[in-house]
Amino acid sequence: DDKLLTEPLSHPDFFSVKELFTLKDLFNARVHLGHKKGCRHRFMEPYIFGCRLDQDIIDLDQTVQHLQLALNFTAHVAYRGGIILFVSRRRQFCHLVESTARACGEYAHTRYWQGGLLTNARIQFGPGVRLPDLLVFLSTLNNVFEPHVAIRDAAKMNIPTVGVVDTNCNPCLITYPIPGNDDSPAAVELYCKLFRMTIIRAKDKRRQSEAIEELR
Amino acid sequence: TLKLICTTTAVQRKNVGASGPEKYTEAFIKKQIEEFNLGKRHLANMMGEDPETFTQEDIDRAIAYLFPSGLFDRQARPLMKHPTEVFPEQRKIQWGEDGRPFHFLFYTGKQSYYSLMHETYEKFLNVQKHQDQLIAQDLPLQKEKRNLAGSRWLTKIELEEMLLEKVSDDDYSRFIQLLQKLVALPCADIEEKYIQKFSKEVPLQLQKVVIEPLQHDERGVAFSTGEGKRKTARATAVVYDNGTGKITVNGIDMLHYFPVLQDREQLLFPFQFLDRIGKHDMVCTVSGGGRSAQAGAIRLASAKALRSFVTEKEVEFMRQAGLLTVDPRVKERKKPGQEGPRRKFTWKKR
Repeated sequence: DDKLLTEPLSHPDFFSVKELFTLKDLFNARVHLGHKKGCRHRFMEPYIFGCRLDQDIIDLDQTVQHLQLALNFTAHVAYRGGIILFVSRRRQFCHLVESTARACGEYAHTRYWQGGLLTNARIQFGPGVRLPDLLVFLSTLNNVFEPHVAIRDAAKMNIPTVGVVDTNCNPCLITYPIPGNDDSPAAVELYCKLFRMTIIRAKDKRRQSEAIEELR
Repeated sequence: TLKLICTTTAVQRKNVGASGPEKYTEAFIKKQIEEFNLGKRHLANMMGEDPETFTQEDIDRAIAYLFPSGLFDRQARPLMKHPTEVFPEQRKIQWGEDGRPFHFLFYTGKQSYYSLMHETYEKFLNVQKHQDQLIAQDLPLQKEKRNLAGSRWLTKIELEEMLLEKVSDDDYSRFIQLLQKLVALPCADIEEKYIQKFSKEVPLQLQKVVIEPLQHDERGVAFSTGEGKRKTARATAVVYDNGTGKITVNGIDMLHYFPVLQDREQLLFPFQFLDRIGKHDMVCTVSGGGRSAQAGAIRLASAKALRSFVTEKEVEFMRQAGLLTVDPRVKERKKPGQEGPRRKFTWKKR
């Protein structure tokens, strides 16, 4: 059991997450496109490559690094049987995100976030609830263009977060931010595909390792 | 466990199925079912009957015999029923041994409602895809109109029963709007089965009052009956054709039964309205009420009987004259703190 848990941590890329995508894929999915200059958030300036005709372009080299870190982290969490909760408040992609979560065997929340969901979970759900071990944000803003309440709540409850931050978002409280576009359908479909593949890969590896251990 | 005294809305909105593990777990219900079956066999042995063929009616009779109760409220009397009828259907604990919830939308709070919305939206997307395929192949879209007149959507309470969780008014209206959008698409026939789960048939109520046709007695004389009521009086009237204007009430002639002119005027009013004073005979029976109430009841009964003799236009005239409406006025009750229905006690300054 201990060996199962410690072995992946010794490799830098145990789940070979780097093979899942290339910079070209990100470019084709229009991940580098940000919002206009006026919408730019101050803390996103390090991640922005430049500005063309008032539209911000996100630095895809940094995106690639952040995305690899984030996918590696989700793979490790899924390998250890953690609960992953996909959060997005975009109405366009609500159905897509829920179907992705269902396909992975994980959980999704793309609806109105009730105030005490994480902080008041004992009373809202019941005494023995298990809170999610990772929150994945496909879009950090809610319908009123303000930071989603779940970022702050996850920070309060010591739950790590992975989030796609656009040029108008605040990347402060997110543990593994992924600077990138969160508005185009192509970009969001790419993210869903990547998360789904990592989680399924990690779970398959876990099952294989357990089977090998049982055979011994 | 400590009991919370000052509650907030979050506490009141507790998930009932998750919070009572001592009461409503599956194991508890199973135990109750076993105890019920054992008790049924004991009861059958006590009554001297065969345990194998002991039905629920036999159980009820046995309990009523062994524990006679004079309580008026039937629900307060001793009861022995199958546990599934006694314990209301509740949601059991939503997560497994390792803590992972079973449903993928568990963390939203309203999992059944949101999963329903998710499914309905998926059907919606399916229909749109099918439509796009048909358009791409240049095939005509099906236009069979669904019969909307005879069906209604589920009410909010029925939806709550279906989902086993509370649904707010906004959520309910959103769900109905989504269903209506789905039905409005031309190719919605594909998902007909899914939509039928949420629609119920309403039998169309006939608003028209049926006017009964004339009956004929042994002598060949046409007659028709009518019933009427006023306050506590109930009357039935039989109006015969080819008559001389004779009116008999409870076997007594009208002049003797109603000495007061006003009551007789009330009886004759329908005939006077239709200009048929000397043309019809009437035999009526009346009971209850007082003098004036009986007169009003007979008037209504005779007007209803006369509908069969008369054209539709004249029926409409009668209705507008108020001859066919039941008078809803009854004696108002006396209220406490007052002497009568409206009269208050005498006010004394000191």
